[in-house]
Parts: sequence; C-alpha cells; structure tokens
Amino acid sequence: MDILKFLTAGSVDDGKSTLIGRLLYDSESILADQLEALHRSNRKNDDGSIDLAILTDGLKAEREQGITIDVAYKYFQTDKRKFIIADTPGHIQYTRNMVTGASNANLAIILIDARKGVIEQTIRHSFLVALLGLPQVVVCINKMDMVDYSEEVYDKIVSDYKTLAAKVGLKNVNYIPVSALKGDNIVYPSININWYKGDSLLHFLENVDIEVDDSTAHARFPVQWVIRPQTEELHDYRGYAGRVSSGSFKVNDKVTVLPSGFSSTIDKIELLDEEPAEAFAGMSVTIHLKDEIDISRGDVLVNSQYQPEVSQLIEADLCWMDTRALDTSLTYFIQHNSKVTRCRIQETLYKVNINTLEKEYNEDFKLNDIGRIVIKTAEPLAFDLYQNNKANGGAIIIDSRTNVTVGALMLRATVE
Amino acid sequence: MKHQLDYLDELEAEAIYILREVAGQFEKPALLFSGGKDSITLVRLAEKAFRPGKFPFPLVHIDTGHNFIETIEYRDAMVKRLGEKLIIGHVQDSIDEGKVVEQKGKNASRNALQTVTLLDTIAKHQFDACIGGARRDEEKARAKERIFSVRDEFGQWDPKRQRPELWNIFNGKIHKGENVRVFPISNWTELDVWNYIRREKIELPSIYFAHKREVITRNGQLMAASPFLNMDEEDIIESRNVRFRTVGDMTCTAAVESYAFHIDDIIEEISASKISERGARMDDKVSEAAMEDRKKGGYF
Ligand SMILES: Nc1nc2c(ncn2[C@@H]2O[C@H](COP(=O)(O)OP(=O)(O)OP(=O)(O)O)[C@@H](O)[C@H]2O)c(=O)[nH]1
Ligand SMILES: [Mg+2]
Repeated sequence: MDILKFLTAGSVDDGKSTLIGRLLYDSESILADQLEALHRSNRKNDDGSIDLAILTDGLKAEREQGITIDVAYKYFQTDKRKFIIADTPGHIQYTRNMVTGASNANLAIILIDARKGVIEQTIRHSFLVALLGLPQVVVCINKMDMVDYSEEVYDKIVSDYKTLAAKVGLKNVNYIPVSALKGDNIVYPSININWYKGDSLLHFLENVDIEVDDSTAHARFPVQWVIRPQTEELHDYRGYAGRVSSGSFKVNDKVTVLPSGFSSTIDKIELLDEEPAEAFAGMSVTIHLKDEIDISRGDVLVNSQYQPEVSQLIEADLCWMDTRALDTSLTYFIQHNSKVTRCRIQETLYKVNINTLEKEYNEDFKLNDIGRIVIKTAEPLAFDLYQNNKANGGAIIIDSRTNVTVGALMLRATVE
Repeated sequence: MKHQLDYLDELEAEAIYILREVAGQFEKPALLFSGGKDSITLVRLAEKAFRPGKFPFPLVHIDTGHNFIETIEYRDAMVKRLGEKLIIGHVQDSIDEGKVVEQKGKNASRNALQTVTLLDTIAKHQFDACIGGARRDEEKARAKERIFSVRDEFGQWDPKRQRPELWNIFNGKIHKGENVRVFPISNWTELDVWNYIRREKIELPSIYFAHKREVITRNGQLMAASPFLNMDEEDIIESRNVRFRTVGDMTCTAAVESYAFHIDDIIEEISASKISERGARMDDKVSEAAMEDRKKGGYF
C-alpha cells in the first residue's frame, strides 16, 4: 500500500477544516470517543449540527476564534490507500504554516468559496503550490449549497481558475463542486449536483496516480552521520549513514564525494543485518566505499556520471517567512540537506505582486513576500535545480540572531 | 524504472533519517524511554540508524515509581541486551526535594508530577535534544506539533510560534538553555506501530497482551488494582481478562477487556476498535485542552 500526502489550501473560511472533517466523518474514520468529544463541544454550526472543523482545529486559540492557526496532521486509510492530510491555515498571517504543510505533499486541494470566487489568498496559495512543484492539484469549489448548486457559478469559477493555473504554471488540475458542510461530492456523489458527472473527492484521491518516475533522477546521498564503532573487532569499520534523496545506488557504482571531488566505488550497502544490492530514493541505509577518503556530515555522495551543480553563487526563488524584513547586509545560515553554512543575500532581483502576478523591482522582502534573489554561500553547495530535483534543490535560511527559519529557497540556477 | 516504498518502509526510513539528524545536529541528545510500545519502537529504529556503532545518546526513563513491574523488568533486560546507557529520573526524588507535592484523593496520579522531574533531568544533564515516541494521531494538540519542536528554557511549547519546517530539512539551532523535543514517529498511526512490531518481531512487555488481572471500575474504565491507586470500600475488585493499549503509570492507564493473546489478535482488535488509544488515558480526559496545557508546561 502507498501513502498519499495532501494538504488543503485556500482563503480564510473557505471551508478547509470543515472539508477534512467531512472527509473523515463520512469515511467513518472518526472513533467513538472522538465523536463523543465533538458532540460535547460547544462550538456548533448555526443549525445545531456538529462543527466538523474542530476535528483538526486542535488548539484552544483556534477553537475560540474559529480559525486555523497552524497545520494539523490527520491520518486515515481506505482499502486503496493510506492518507496523510495537512490542514493548513488560510490567514495570510500564517502563510509560513501553509508552506510547511505544502512542502511535503504530493497533492494540493485548493478550496474556493463559490460565493467569492478566486481571491487574493487563492492566488497566493496557488502560486506557492506551483513554486513548490506539487505534481497534482484538485480545486474544490465549496459551499455550493449557498449558491443553489448552480452550474453557472461553478463554470465561471473553473474558467477563472484555468486562467490562473496557466499563469502560475500549474499542471494536472482537476475540479470538483462540493459542499463540505452538507457532504456533497466529498465521500458520496451529490444528488444536489446532478449536472456534475465526475468523481467524488475521496474517489479521486484514492485513484490519482502519484508514482514518480525517477528513472531520470540522478543518484544523491547526503551523508548525515559517520558510523565508526572503533571497537577491536570492528576496528576498520567506517559506514556513511544517510537517506538516498533521489535516484538509486548499487554496489559497484562509481561515486563522487562533493564538494571535495574525490571518487570511489560502492563496496557494500547496509540496513542493520540486511545487505541490499540497491538503495533507491527514500531509503535510509549505510554505505561503504572501497577507498578510504575523508567524508563527513554535510558531504554528498553522487553518481560520478551525473554530477550536480557545485557553486557558491546561486539564483533562487525566495519565500520570506519572518516578521523582520530580509536584510541584505546581514549574514544568515543556509541549510541544504545535511549541510549548514553561512550566507548572504547578495542581490534581490524581483518580487512577485500576488494580485497581478507581475514582477516588481523592489528589494524589500517582508513577511510572505515571494521573489527571486541571488545568494552567496560561505562554502560551496552541491545542489540540483529545484525544478529537476526537489529533494536536492530546496534549502532554508536561518536567522543567526534568533535561530528561527526565516526563508524557503528553491534553487534555480548557478550564477556564472 | 519506478520505485515505490511500501508504507512501513517509508515510515521506517523517515524515522531513521530523523534520528540521524539528531545525532548530527546536537551535542547532548537523549532518548526518552517510557517502556511503552512507541518508545520500544524508537529503540528498534535507533538500532537500525546507528548499529554496529553505539547509540549517540543515552536512554532516559522518568520513573514515577508507580510503574507496572513488567515495564521495569522489560526495561532492565532491554538495556542489558543493548549495552547502552540508561539514566533514570525519579519522581520520588522531586517529591522528597519538595519540588512537587503528591496529589491527594481518589484520582491521585503522579503523571502530572513527572514534568518537573523531566525538566530537572534535562537541566542536570544539559540535554539539548530529547527524542520521544509521541505520534500526531494520538491527540489533537499533538497533531499540531513539528517534528523538531523547540522548547524554551522552561521547557514550554508555544504553539503560536512554531518554526516553519520545510521538506525534510530540520532546523535544530537553539540558544543555550533551550532544547528540542524530537518526534521521529510523528507520522505513524497506532496501527502502523503494531504492524511494524509484528514485522520486526519486536518483543513487548507482557501487559500489552491479554492476561488475568485484578481491576476496579472507575469512571467507566478498568484500572489495575495496585497499592498506588487510592481505593476505598466503594471500589470492588474483580478479576478480568484485560490488556493495556497504552502504558503510562498504573494510576492513569486504563485496561481494556480483551482476549488478544497474540499480536495478530491485537492488530485485528485495533482495526475493529471504535475507541481511540488515548480514550484509555485518564490524563487526557480532564479537559478539552488537557494535552495542549500540559505541553505548554513542559510535558512531552
Ligand atoms: N454553507 C456552507 N458553509 C460552509 C461550508 N464549508 C464550510 N462552511 C462554513 O464556513 C466557515 C469556515 O469553515 P472552516 O472549515 O473553519 O474554514 P477554513 O477554510 O478551515 O478556515 P481557516 O482555516 O481559518 O482559513 C464555518 O462556519 C463552516 O461551517 C459549506 O460547504 N457550506
Ligand atoms: Mg481551517
């Protein structure tokens, strides 16, 4: 069985948490004592029915205000698949939490309130989903019960969204008219929306193809830890512990260590008592090389035939996530896989105006701003372009004063 | 070619990756070992992450003094087999030092007191990261927590100021005095843990399996009769076939009636169960935000 990880995104109050609640409720994934807690809660819908949003709005502050502040992770499974849901906040103030939820997802559900259509937060979240490179999007046009289940309203929003999807570069977009509150097209097909012939949301999620063809992805193995028992019987044991981030490694493959550039051959792959002949993307293993070379945490083993970029000057998309604006005179830390080094934002190239999606030439990066910059790192990074290899093309910026993660980077090109 | 990891392999690989990040990023990490199935699973994952080397951290047990004897026996045998270091923080010491006061009354439990002992143990050994077996599916406040969860110098969790956590990049940078709680099996469900235990043939303390035990019924739940539980004449002791779904100390963990003698029976039982695992924890029933409040106070 495989796992589909998806998030819900969209503007404030579009019904994201309610939709997750409905999905869990109608798929009978809520247990008796949790259900009982729901009935006990004093947050109810206007008609007295239980408010399904509190299934994910787990913080006191969230339940008091009726909004989502931080991502909630929920787990359920059907006969077809396991699901990990990230219910993210719609408030612009908490965009960084939406980005957190989106970064690990294979699919985004973007909600749109049928009464409001495509609005600024819809655009911002769609833009972020495109930037982060999520392969699949489902647009749920919600609250159809409040527009008399009108096909016209639905068609207009779909057509508006198609324009947006093309502009931000989203591929694989599907559309479903739903009512999260009433349960139309969430788990069960809707009788109110008889003009819609497509799948219910759950049916779609169960069947959507998420397998990634990694045949063209190059082998990368960031070293996290060196295992050296240094006991008498294991005196010469030296294993490199890490997780294959992309591609695959086999015994006898020629590998290069970056950034040093030394080469060797894979002698053995280990996972406790097993010795698999191959380690592919996602596997945590220990690799042994035929030669003794100096390798430590922060280095990456790559297939010698297909080497990544190695550079200290990199163009990247930046999503700024801190209340303190970006300071180009300041030294930050950059963390890329297991490597942490100092860095500076050498130049801000442009920012994207979320409403018009036009470039703005303004170097002030404030909370939630997104744009293109050039970053200079103290030590060289061995990276792939994010568009070709997400696992080796993403990085974060850490404020050295507060230690907080303040920026997300999608590395796009080496600056010559 | 297409490669796809089976879900248990994927969860395992993620957890190993997280454990190795802890080893690589921190100077003095520790693995909090409670004797429950989740922390037993963590130990297995640590073996996969670091063998044939030693664990780059000691195991730390916060001992309320009210444990099931089976848990303590299991713990000691396990530590011996592993050859790893065990540090024990005793709640009794915190009581003797006057830092906490034993609760009174029928529902008295040392569960809440252990936070103080935990924070003292962290301070005494200057741990900068504590690995725990909490899972997001257990409880709604836990569902909100990051995998690397930064705590201030008072051990407090501030849910409104969590760091963004992108891809699989974990930012473990902290100031002196702060520490990070790390949850490698955040994304596992109760059933995933059981399926993993079965696959890996991990041995568990016997109390997880059905056995005959003296119990009393309190607030609709079966509690093990023990010297630690304040009982009076209203409490009727009966002998029932029970097992424990989650193991904390004897005063806050309820048993469930069960005839699951084998792990296959347990997996079947959980798959069919209509009650969540935490439904058997008295500590969560106090109020709607019981877990959130405890986390803000430094609890796991
Ligand atoms: N009529 C109607 N109301 C809905 C529907 N879905 C959600 N709502 C209501 O819309 C309000 C907001 O729903 P939430 O699910 O909390 O919205 P959200 O998108 O999670 O909001 P944030 O997380 O704060 O951004 C609640 O009062 C819901 O009951 C729907 O399909 N129809
Ligand atoms: Mg919400």
